[in-house]
Amino acid sequence: MKQDIFQAIADPTRRAILTLIAIQALTPNAMAEKFDMTRQAVSKHIKVLHDCELITPKHSGREIYYHFNAKKMQEFDHWLAQFRQNWETQFNQLDQLLTTIKDQTTK
Amino acid sequence: MNNDLLFDFNVDKAAKTVYITREFNASQFLVWDAFTKAELLDQWGAPAPMRAKTKYMNFEVGGRRFYAMISPDGQERWAVQEFTSITPKTNFKMYNAFADKDENRELPGSEWDYNFSEQNGITKVHIIIFNESFERLEKLLEGFKIGFTMTLKNLEELLVTLS
Repeated sequence: MKQDIFQAIADPTRRAILTLIAIQALTPNAMAEKFDMTRQAVSKHIKVLHDCELITPKHSGREIYYHFNAKKMQEFDHWLAQFRQNWETQFNQLDQLLTTIKDQTTK
Repeated sequence: MNNDLLFDFNVDKAAKTVYITREFNASQFLVWDAFTKAELLDQWGAPAPMRAKTKYMNFEVGGRRFYAMISPDGQERWAVQEFTSITPKTNFKMYNAFADKDENRELPGSEWDYNFSEQNGITKVHIIIFNESFERLEKLLEGFKIGFTMTLKNLEELLVTLS
């Protein structure tokens, strides 16, 4: 199942993880240390973030480093901009309708 | 668009909430009607080239509006709005969910809260959309994209005939 990106960033710990790795790629162990969490708990968060492509794993020797996927976040922002555009179009249509109704009632 | 009129669009991604504020150059009574009467809603309630078509609407607490967004090629995307609270002229809340043509709802949906206020003949509408999941919104946008793609295709065909 595709993860819902809103769901992924609704959790404060996951947001903190994203903020951290936006600065520097981290291994799951390093995350567990920084957040004082079990490896298991970190793995769960990583899975959610990875499923919606907000983070990408890169192997380096025996370690896996997770990187922040800025492109995915931009896609999300771009998509929201489209949503805004739809509203703008509808509201402009309403402006015209209101003008028409007002003109009719003053005649 | 009249540039003197406010239009704010904010998304609190963490809270999964969209906040929209828009001013209209009309009385609160008229704007309220435009948001709550099917015959008016259908004239503006879908971004062109899509259009909205209400099958029925009972604007009362517990009542429903069953409507479709129709793309230029005639594809219908149905949705149900259930009115959960109404304070005439100032506020109404509803629960919005996609549905099939037989009104079977696809849950979860999203909660919408509309507030209306007037000052010096300008009406401000404040809309809060809560818990609209990304995938639901994506689905909504998909519908609009289909509409736009169709329009562009029609335009291309028109340009071909003109050239």
